[in-house]
Amino acid sequence: MNDSVLKTLTVSFLVCLFCSLIVSYAAVSLRDMQNLNKLNDQRIKILKTAAIYNPDESIESQFTRLTPKFVDFSTGDLLDEYGEYDLDTYDPVYFSKQPEHSTPIPASKDIAIVKNQENIGKIYLLKDSYSNLEKIILPIRGYGLWGTLFGYIAIDKDLNTIKGLEFYAHKETPGLGAEVDNPKWKALWDGKSIYKNGEVEIEVIKGKVDPANQMASYQVDGLSGATLTSRGVTNMLVYWFGESGYKETLKNINYDS
Amino acid sequence: MTVKQYKEILAKPLLEENPITLQILGICSALAVTSNLSVTLVMCVALTSVVSFSNLFISIIRNYIPSSVRIIVQMTIIASLVIVVDELLKAYDYETSKKLSVFVGLIITNCIVMGRAEAFAMKEKPFVSFLDGLGNGLGYSIILIAVAVVRELFGAGTLMGYEILPLVSNGGWYPANNLLLLPPSSFILIGLMIWGIRAYKTDQIEPNEYKLSGHATAPDLSKRELNV
Repeated sequence: MNDSVLKTLTVSFLVCLFCSLIVSYAAVSLRDMQNLNKLNDQRIKILKTAAIYNPDESIESQFTRLTPKFVDFSTGDLLDEYGEYDLDTYDPVYFSKQPEHSTPIPASKDIAIVKNQENIGKIYLLKDSYSNLEKIILPIRGYGLWGTLFGYIAIDKDLNTIKGLEFYAHKETPGLGAEVDNPKWKALWDGKSIYKNGEVEIEVIKGKVDPANQMASYQVDGLSGATLTSRGVTNMLVYWFGESGYKETLKNINYDS
Repeated sequence: MTVKQYKEILAKPLLEENPITLQILGICSALAVTSNLSVTLVMCVALTSVVSFSNLFISIIRNYIPSSVRIIVQMTIIASLVIVVDELLKAYDYETSKKLSVFVGLIITNCIVMGRAEAFAMKEKPFVSFLDGLGNGLGYSIILIAVAVVRELFGAGTLMGYEILPLVSNGGWYPANNLLLLPPSSFILIGLMIWGIRAYKTDQIEPNEYKLSGHATAPDLSKRELNV
């Protein structure tokens, strides 16, 4: 009786219908909270990159210490306004996927496989209590082994010294490439320099950095077993600190201060 | 059914018929999520609620499930429950859900959930099926928590993130055993547990599937029949 074709189809259909209703109800009703969690997680990463994160304080109030600015990648200018978009909620990664707000990167220049770059980016400035510039937090992204790594890098007011690096999303192999999240490895970046005579020299090398090497301050230990992820991190830094990235912006900040 | 029988259904999977140590099911997640006790606890709650409710719902509709598609129907219900649990975690405990990553989703393929649905819920009434699921979930949890306590305490010197044994690397006296932080250590720990439980409850020892024969003299080749 249970095994007639009609009964089988009816039961399957009803079970699927009922389950899909429950699943979609859960997904839709919890979406706002999940998005808030994601946003807060990203904000925590930004605060950690700036090394001002305090877990006991509300993320909202800590985040007010950072001043967001639009960046026009074609001129390197810092802007306070961009069309009708709100500076607080503007998401550069989202706009990099909108053809009218982004530019495809020619393959010859696209060393980090970013593919499309947003025309207008967003960076954060950390100022001290006398509103002097302390740090700049820049979003970066680029391809590793399995997918794009998304992160933030903090640089000092000398516009050349790295103060922190955090990734908030990646698909690298746990235990190998995913060691980009390892606090010990991230700590290696503090104090490294980016530019030498105007060229981006910072590099994740293979093996350990020899402190006697005169380039040691431009080098970071490679992740063992994750050559392609290490290379990906180097490429994304070369790309984002190069001409198509923040190079002009950093020059402009330099003139301003 | 009497209260006593209900209690038995709930208590049996804790030690006597433990899904991990007797049936050796659900080992995958027992290896993967036990390096940190707080993550383990969330995983235990997730699995226990999925197995209890999947047993309940499957038992409610057990008389209407056509046997030709019963596994798919069970999987649909289990998968829906797992997605709901995953969504709830992402909304209410984002940090842990990030650490658990794929392992919540993999509850769908956890043999304990399928096993209880197929072996128990397809035959029994809803309430006892729910109890059976709860019991099996708790049995799974007991083992996972025990493994996680050993791994986190002796691997990282902490419990629930609080420092218990100060590590040498932080200026304390305890040299951490890094092997315990790697998944294979749970194999060893679960193996030791199975040994302990079976030494105590000898009826759990499985009969040998084959017997080693004693040493015999070499067969006389001259009498061998040739099958040409």
